[in-house]
Amino acid sequence: MDGMIAAPELMNSGAEAVLRALKAQDVDVIFGYPGGAVLPLYDALFQQTEIKHILVRHEQAAVHAAEGYARSTGKVGVVLVTSGPGATNAVTGLVDALMDSIPLVCLSGQVPTHLIGNDAFQEADTTGITRPATKHNYLVKKSDDLVRVMHEAFLVARTGRPGPVLVDLPKDILIAPAPYREPGNAPHRSYNPRTEPDPRRIEEAVAMLKRAERPVIYAGGGVINAGPEATRLLTEFTRLTGFPITNTLMGLGAFPASDPLFVGMLGMHGTYEANLAMHGCDVMLNIGARFDDRVTGRLNAFSPNSKKIHADIDPASINKSVMVDVAIIGDALAVLKALIAAWKKDSTQPNRAALAQWWGQIDVWRAKDSLRYTQPRDPGSIIKPQYAIEQLYKATRGRETFITTEVGQHQMWAAQYFKFEKPNRWMTSGGLGTMGYGLPAAMGAQVAHPDALVIDIAGEASILMNIQEMGTLAQYRLPVKVFILNNQYMGMVRQWQELLHGSRYSNSYSEALPDFVKLAESFHAVGLRAEKVEDLDRVIAEMLAVDKPVIADIWVDQKENVFPMIPSGAAHNEMLLGPEHKGASGPAVTNEGMALV
Amino acid sequence: MSDTALRSATISVLVENESGVLARVIGLFSGRGYNIDNLTVAPVEQDGSKSRITLVTSGTAMVIEQIKAQLDRLVPVYKVLDLSDGPHLARELALIKVLGTGEKRAEALRLADAFRARVIDATTESFTFELTGATDKLDAFLELMRPLGLAEVSRTGVAAIARGTKTIT
Repeated sequence: MDGMIAAPELMNSGAEAVLRALKAQDVDVIFGYPGGAVLPLYDALFQQTEIKHILVRHEQAAVHAAEGYARSTGKVGVVLVTSGPGATNAVTGLVDALMDSIPLVCLSGQVPTHLIGNDAFQEADTTGITRPATKHNYLVKKSDDLVRVMHEAFLVARTGRPGPVLVDLPKDILIAPAPYREPGNAPHRSYNPRTEPDPRRIEEAVAMLKRAERPVIYAGGGVINAGPEATRLLTEFTRLTGFPITNTLMGLGAFPASDPLFVGMLGMHGTYEANLAMHGCDVMLNIGARFDDRVTGRLNAFSPNSKKIHADIDPASINKSVMVDVAIIGDALAVLKALIAAWKKDSTQPNRAALAQWWGQIDVWRAKDSLRYTQPRDPGSIIKPQYAIEQLYKATRGRETFITTEVGQHQMWAAQYFKFEKPNRWMTSGGLGTMGYGLPAAMGAQVAHPDALVIDIAGEASILMNIQEMGTLAQYRLPVKVFILNNQYMGMVRQWQELLHGSRYSNSYSEALPDFVKLAESFHAVGLRAEKVEDLDRVIAEMLAVDKPVIADIWVDQKENVFPMIPSGAAHNEMLLGPEHKGASGPAVTNEGMALV
Repeated sequence: MSDTALRSATISVLVENESGVLARVIGLFSGRGYNIDNLTVAPVEQDGSKSRITLVTSGTAMVIEQIKAQLDRLVPVYKVLDLSDGPHLARELALIKVLGTGEKRAEALRLADAFRARVIDATTESFTFELTGATDKLDAFLELMRPLGLAEVSRTGVAAIARGTKTIT
């Protein structure tokens, strides 16, 4: 940074300077995997005790673990990988963090500066490869730049719209002495994201909201990224207005799920009432969400009659896919503060009669009970996946619980049936949809919260994508619980094949699965299995009672689909409802819809 | 303007003159499927610390706004200025080699004179012209040279600046 005043102190090595910078940035744990190019850093780590290093089994898992750490604490997650394959293995995690706006700093080793470009052993063009995978990245070529870049990486990762930043560290830079300076307070030369909203836009928004007859608040992960105070203010503002509120997949926990104002998650697998409220509203307030395609459905039919207010810290998120009427650029915390103040100051009385009528309509939609399913109770009955999540939720209520997921049907059922009252308790790969995210993310959350209950709700296919991390759980005695909804299919692929491809289940059957109980035991964990409905509660209780890592293999109905569902290319008012809703028929999927993902 | 009408935009981007910055800008365009019709870059500060990129792009109004917002959030970007928002000057330079003899050669020289192209190299069978101007002027001149033995062109791309007192900083 420009404004560093204190005279530099020369450190014996770049590696020591890096560690000192990490400490100055309040880093207490890093997730990594050693290799030739980063040996100097591992040597420096060995000679200190303040920063704990968690040795993962694969670099992708290091990044997801750092994401889990970051999302459950609000801090920057830190990753350390070696050059070449270490860095390329980290790429999926970096893109995952980029899509979900998770603050990370990834340090990667690089071959010595004089060998760069020589196709040296374990050389990859890491900054080239990760340029579109990160918010920003750096290749440090001079020792004089090292510490400035380190501090800057943290600034860029955590401010504005958060994201992953990679710092590529050639081995000679880690060995040579390097000057150390404390981080300064001067603004960055070219990077100065706006956080305070324009008061005029706030007034316009409040004027619009006060006159609304059918309002809805649509809040996303940006509110969670803005910190617990922002989610508290979101709750305050929503209660002040009495408006219905829906959360995105990323935003679950930003508003208490048990509050009657909460109409559930919206989007492709959102509730009937949330999606119809979005479709029928006359004023929409979007805070910290990005009109993702999973939320909007067919764009030209998305909430066709509403005025839209969009508050986002990233100007590039505004008017990207949905044109809005009022654009507020700012941090969700600052925006919510300003909205509350302006709401109180504006003497216009909101239209309570219209709002009551709107709630009457929403209650009719709610009464449809779109998440209804039937669990047969006779002994020997197969477990419904929805029921498994509900029983898990009931058994964990009152405990400090963090939930991560993999990607697929189980992820959607977890989002629908597990209720989140607080932020930072729910971690799922929303934007990138990374199978294999949940186990390492749970690991990172457990490292950050050693005494909390951390559960990875998984599918039997996803869990195999980073199953090697069971070894990390054992090594560090991290009692993560892996709750597998095992339907022996890549369930979401199977569901799409059933609905869109004539039930031709091409390559979606989970053939040759391992015995998950024995697999757990071979990794020094506890393995449990529930085959029938009568086993479920006992297995959940046993799982929660053990202070060790557990894999609970829950056999569930293979044919169950996730409903409601807005098929690709359809609109919010064209939802498919589940088999419980007789006579409810959705739209045929169009050719255009078939081409969408 | 309708939502789907395409327009052209000339955008100036003031960036930190560091390695990889041009790759970031170009990667943004290729990664998000935006058009680059024309691009120039060169250092503009005395100490070489900042470079100015001039981009000519086209898209719907919504896409042009996206391009500007996406450019602006790149960390090494100081300023993004859409010159098409107001009156501005845009020039590029071309070096044009025309091969021929006799009447065609003479005609090429007459036309060059009319366009105020300078002859910067000549042999008995060739001229090399230097021509500066707006893109459409260069295009028009090249069109005229085509039947007269146009053999090779090297163009710099567009440099642009706002009219009057308005500056990028």
